[in-house]
Amino acid sequence: VREVGMATGRVAEILSALWTTSPDGRALPAGLVQDCSRAVPVSGAGLALMTEQGPAGTVAATDGAALELEDLQFTLGEGPCVDASETGRPVLQPDLAATGPGRWPAFAAGALAAGVAAVFALPLRVGGIRVGVLDLYRATPGALTGEQLREALAFADAATLLVLYLQTRAPADEFPAGALALAGDRAEVHQATGVVSVQAGVSLAEAFVLLRARAYADQRPVADVARDVLAGRVDLAERPDER
Amino acid sequence: MAREQRLAEVFVELADTLVEEFDVVDFLQTLTERAVELVDADSAGLMLDNQRGRLQVVAYTDEPTRLLELLELQNDEGPCMDCFSTGDRLANIDVAASRERWPRFAEAASDAGFAVVHAVPLRLRRHVIGALNLFARSHATLTPEHLAVVQGLADVATIGLLHERAVRDQVVLAEQLQTALHSRILIEQAKGVLSARAGVDVAVAFRLMRTYARGAGESLTTVAEAVVANTLDDAEFRRVLGRP
Repeated sequence: VREVGMATGRVAEILSALWTTSPDGRALPAGLVQDCSRAVPVSGAGLALMTEQGPAGTVAATDGAALELEDLQFTLGEGPCVDASETGRPVLQPDLAATGPGRWPAFAAGALAAGVAAVFALPLRVGGIRVGVLDLYRATPGALTGEQLREALAFADAATLLVLYLQTRAPADEFPAGALALAGDRAEVHQATGVVSVQAGVSLAEAFVLLRARAYADQRPVADVARDVLAGRVDLAERPDER
Repeated sequence: MAREQRLAEVFVELADTLVEEFDVVDFLQTLTERAVELVDADSAGLMLDNQRGRLQVVAYTDEPTRLLELLELQNDEGPCMDCFSTGDRLANIDVAASRERWPRFAEAASDAGFAVVHAVPLRLRRHVIGALNLFARSHATLTPEHLAVVQGLADVATIGLLHERAVRDQVVLAEQLQTALHSRILIEQAKGVLSARAGVDVAVAFRLMRTYARGAGESLTTVAEAVVANTLDDAEFRRVLGRP
């Protein structure tokens, strides 16, 4: 039963398809933006990371305009991607020529010159965990349909999990990113993430991964592990292998 | 008819307006008229942020009031302007005593026969999207109960506006929904963080956050953000909750 959160079925599908094409994991971000731009579809897509200090650069972009515009936003410090990462809100701009110049003069000029008419910037976040932004670029104006928006959001969720996996490679080494997407979209899983972050003295992002790593290692649903954490039956701060 | 019963009817009426075929100006017009009916005031006007750095008059109960509102805009002075820029309510302001503060407004209001003016903000959290002005000919002041009714009407106006934007604009709706979704997750995470830190269960943690949010006049999401970022001042938290 889904309570709050992401659409795990489609997300797991996206991740497992990625894993097939890039078993060693290195080309995963590039694969994700490629798959995303084909599936939605849009002209191009880019994946940018962020840290608490601000945007941390482009991880992957499809060819051409997408790469150029990712770099442009990073250089200018303005654009939908920058706004989406700062506010944590999606920034949907179906008609950049109409709305862009007033909001981001330099970025809009560059984007329009590069032939981009619409931009959709989706923050990569799970509540308080914020890891970056997925930017979609399209050469034609117009809003995404409901179906396209759903698909775009599924890719944003997949990208979130992928980035979390890549950032916390050490504890997550033994399990695939797909395992991050397994179940666990319940209120108590998010509550347990908060508990674990305090108990283990780690960020919410690390706690998110730790919880799923434990569930994967124990071959249990992550919601079960979460309930154990909340009941005080499991303390993920105690990791025998690190004593 | 008892005022309480009429008050309930007005809120039902306004809620009904929001359901379908919703016209924002019609809605705000009804709202200003009901405000005058429910409290001791003779006229009302409502101004909104036009998102281009200015306010705009969108509803008024009579022409002299509209002109007063325009005069405020033209001279950039008056209770509505101050209310909008500070987000604070101005209640029971004596017009004659405001000649130094707003010379042109006070003179015009006085000429129009008004003795007392009130302004309440239309606000969503800290964001002020407009203000509701009330004018009275007599010197009767509004009771706290009446002021609460006026603020309640202003809040209904705010809800109506957001509703209008969300319904008209699918993009805004998508953005709001996504944001709401992640706010919800954030709140769950914060419940966990606070429960582990304070040694209480998550239900208690939630109650503490809500009580704190209400006491501090902040949104639950803002409080949850502060909890997960560990930037909530411990002493302040205890003070607002009234705990040692």
